[in-house]
Formats: sequence, C-alpha cells, structure tokens
Amino acid sequence: MTKQKKLFAFRMKIISICALFGFFLFWYLVTDVWKLAPETLLPSPLKALETGITKWSVKKPDGSTLPQHIFASLRVSLLGFCFGAVIGVPLGIMMAWWEKADMCLKPVFDFVRTIPPIAWIPIMIILLGIGVVAKASIVFLSAFIPCVVNSYTGIKSTKKVHIWVGQTFGASKTRLLFKVAIPSALPYIFTGLKVSLNSSWGSLVAAEMLGSDSGLGYMIQLGRLLCRADLIIVGMVVIGIMGTILSAILDFMEMKLVKGAV
Amino acid sequence: MEQSGKLKMKCQNLSKTFRTPNGSFEVLKDLTFDVRENEFLVIFGPGQCGKTTLLYMLAGLEGCTAGTVEHNGQLVEEPHHSRAVVYQTMALFPWMTVKRNVGFSQKVRKVDKQKREQDTQKFIDLVGLTGFENSYPVQLSGGMKQRVGIARAYCGDPDVLLMDEPFGHLDAQTRYMMQESLENIWENEKRTVVFVTNNIEEALYLADRIILLTDCPGQICKEYTIDMPRPRSLVDPEFLRLRKEITQQMNANESNSLSAGNRAEMEQK
Repeated sequence: MTKQKKLFAFRMKIISICALFGFFLFWYLVTDVWKLAPETLLPSPLKALETGITKWSVKKPDGSTLPQHIFASLRVSLLGFCFGAVIGVPLGIMMAWWEKADMCLKPVFDFVRTIPPIAWIPIMIILLGIGVVAKASIVFLSAFIPCVVNSYTGIKSTKKVHIWVGQTFGASKTRLLFKVAIPSALPYIFTGLKVSLNSSWGSLVAAEMLGSDSGLGYMIQLGRLLCRADLIIVGMVVIGIMGTILSAILDFMEMKLVKGAV
Repeated sequence: MEQSGKLKMKCQNLSKTFRTPNGSFEVLKDLTFDVRENEFLVIFGPGQCGKTTLLYMLAGLEGCTAGTVEHNGQLVEEPHHSRAVVYQTMALFPWMTVKRNVGFSQKVRKVDKQKREQDTQKFIDLVGLTGFENSYPVQLSGGMKQRVGIARAYCGDPDVLLMDEPFGHLDAQTRYMMQESLENIWENEKRTVVFVTNNIEEALYLADRIILLTDCPGQICKEYTIDMPRPRSLVDPEFLRLRKEITQQMNANESNSLSAGNRAEMEQK
C-alpha cells in the first residue's frame, strides 16, 4: 500500500469511530442530559454499561449470570448449526449431483423450506418440550435449509468446461465430484454456512423467547416482563457481539479454505 | 508433408445436427478426413461454422448425428485421457495453483507422485512458466493462463492434442508470442495436434496441413498442405501468396452461402 492509501484508510477509520461515538453521545444526551425519556423505558448508556458489568456475576432477576446465558445460547445454537451443516451440505451436494436423489427429495424439501423456522416452534414445544433438544431442532431447521439450497446451487453452477476437463483427463464420476464439483462449489457452500449461522442465531433467540428457562433470548424476554429496559439492552448488545464473533470465525475459515477466488 | 505418416484419427462422413425449439440446425455435414501422426492439422473456417463442435466430437465430448470418429482404430464414444483438449478460456481450476492444475490429469489417474512432480515441472518449464508454480490462475495474465492450459494438456501424456482457438481471446501481440511459443513447444515435444482457429495468419504459421471449412453447415471446402520451412515469416512471399489464396477461397464461399441464406429467408417469407 502506498503512503497516500494508508492515510486514506486511516482517515476512514477515524470517521467510523467518530460516528460510533456520536451515536453513544446522542443516546447519552437524550437520556441523561435532556431527560427526554423516563429511565425505566430508555436507560442511559452508562446505566446499561453498569447493568452489563454487574450482570456478569449477579443472578438476579432472571436466575442466571450473563456468562451462563451466553453459554446456554451458544450450546444450543452451535449444536443445531453443526447438525444443520453436517446434514445439509452433503444433502445439497447429493441432490445436485444424483438426479434420482433430486427427484426424491426436491418436492419434500421445496415444501418444507417455505415454512419459516419460527413457525416450527409451537409443534416443537409440544413434541419435545422446552429443553435443549427442542430449541436445537428449531435451530437445526433454520440452519439446514440455507445449507442445502446453497450447496445445491453451488454444485449445479459448476462450469461445464471444468467438468469436461475432468472427463477428458479420465476422471470417474466420483472423482469428478470430489476433485472438480465440490471445490468449485466451495464459495457457494460457505455463503450457505454464513446465511445458516445468521438465521440459526436469529431463530435461537426467537425460540428462547417463546419457551425456555435460560439463554440470552430468555433474558431479554424476562427483561420485558420486569420492565427492565437496561437488561434488554444488555442482552441485545451481547446477542449482536456474539453473532459478529461467530461470523468472523466463519469468514476466517473461508479465507483459509477457499483458494484463488476471483 | 507426412502424407506417409501413421494414421492417428479417422473421421468418416461426420455430420452433426442440433435440435432446437426453432427446428433442427445442421452444423456439420459429411466431413471425411484423416489425422496423421505428429502432424499439426489446422481446421480453419469462418465464424460459426461448427469448428468447436467438430473438435469436441473428436474429443468425444459431443456425439455425432451420423458418421464415425476413430482414434487408433478404436471408435471414439466418450472422452479419454489420450485425447487432451486446450479450451478457449476459463478452463483452469481457479482453486488450484499452476502446479496442481498442470498435474491434475496425472493425479486423477493416480500416477505415482514422483513421476507426477517430475512431469509437472518439466512441462511448466517447457511453456516458460518457471517461477509461477505456486501462483493461482487469477494472478496470471491471459497468455500465461493459456500456457498453463497447454502444459496441463501435455502433462496428461496424450496421444492427440486438441486445441480449440486457444489464443482467440488474447490481444494481437500476445497472440504472436503464443504462436511462436506453441511452435517451439511442439518442435520440442512432437505430438499430433488438431488446432481450430478462425485466424488465417495463425493457421498458416502453425499448420502442416489446413482443412478449410465452409460456413454453416460446415463442409470441407479445400485442403492445403503447407510445407514452408519453420519457423515461418509472416511476410514471406509464399506465406502471403497462400494467405491471399485461402482468403479468396473463403470469401467466395461466404458470398455463396450468403446468397443461399438470403434465398432461404425469402422462401420462408
């Protein structure tokens, strides 16, 4: 990078940081200085920060500390997400590669995928209760669908000329799949995983809000019942941060695994 | 010319018709020709006369509507690693380095690793890409990509090399350079080559023999044996004479087919 470019990038970063600070300053002004909203409805950023710090070790009022909530949510969402990816990606690849699998599974799948994962919550609660399994199943469903769709599209978009190259060099159909189709679909598969992660994190919070006794979604739902706006805001911020960290991990994996991307 | 050379491939009464929603569309009609061992055969013809289709039929990627293709006396029905193809563009695997792209054909056939690495390096050196072994295709220029394509085709140790306008998408200067390199490579590592192009200079520069195709449906119009010494000069009087002759022949075909096309259109109305 040239010096000028570096300077430009640095200036952009400064602007971004200023904007973020501006947001918090505005929030601070509205709540603490101008007192436009009562504290129970919209707490000041300082109050939220304070709640966040004390919540780290205090179990009141919802029965668990913040790390316990985070752990509960992460466990369920990663469980559901991993199962969704481990089953969804191979299934999508299979459907795209073998026409028979496509014919058998596509109609069922096309119907199931139109039902939003959140609509599964009531039936899951009836069938499986409000434990880890029920929530993980909902997360699984919401992670599974984008994995299948994107892997399917990825394999289907393998360039014909790449298949030809494999064929003229004498690759068998299985070798073609593993050496040509899957590597060329890898960027699509990763897009699928990222979408899955986002939607599984989202449906997890929804599932916890509707039926649960721990987790970040449960915490903010309880915050609403107790009129603890500060607790809700802490929960939302933590949900956002956790989501960002998970996406960053996947981005890192993609960078390491997908080579020579355009 | 090696008219006496051993017979490599034999095409008999080859025809191809594509069926489209707007009716059938005859691309190639009744082609009969031989490909001889170690000759550089150029199939030359105007724009859309089915040259690529013909090449894919030789490769076994495309079936023929009528007629047969034989390779070493065996009927060509599907792709085989003894017939390698160099494609127009974008045929390299973007997720593999140059080295792995070139070694791909041997890897697929599970050739022992030591021989594979040896061959890979040999052909990378041959096409002049030493030092770029670990680059990804996206980091290479158009000409370099086609060099990788040629090395990859060679590395599979094919019996016949089929090249589908490999330099069609390169700028004029690079194209001249690539033609020179290809000739060098071929002189060093003699193979039977079938090369498709719509560029007359390229055809004359490289060919031992040129088969001139007519416009749709592609038929063999004339065959030229080129026995000018190599490397050839683009301004050699003999070169220019042949160039003129073939261009005139092609223009004559074109005006014929144009008027025929017009007639057909009129009849449809």
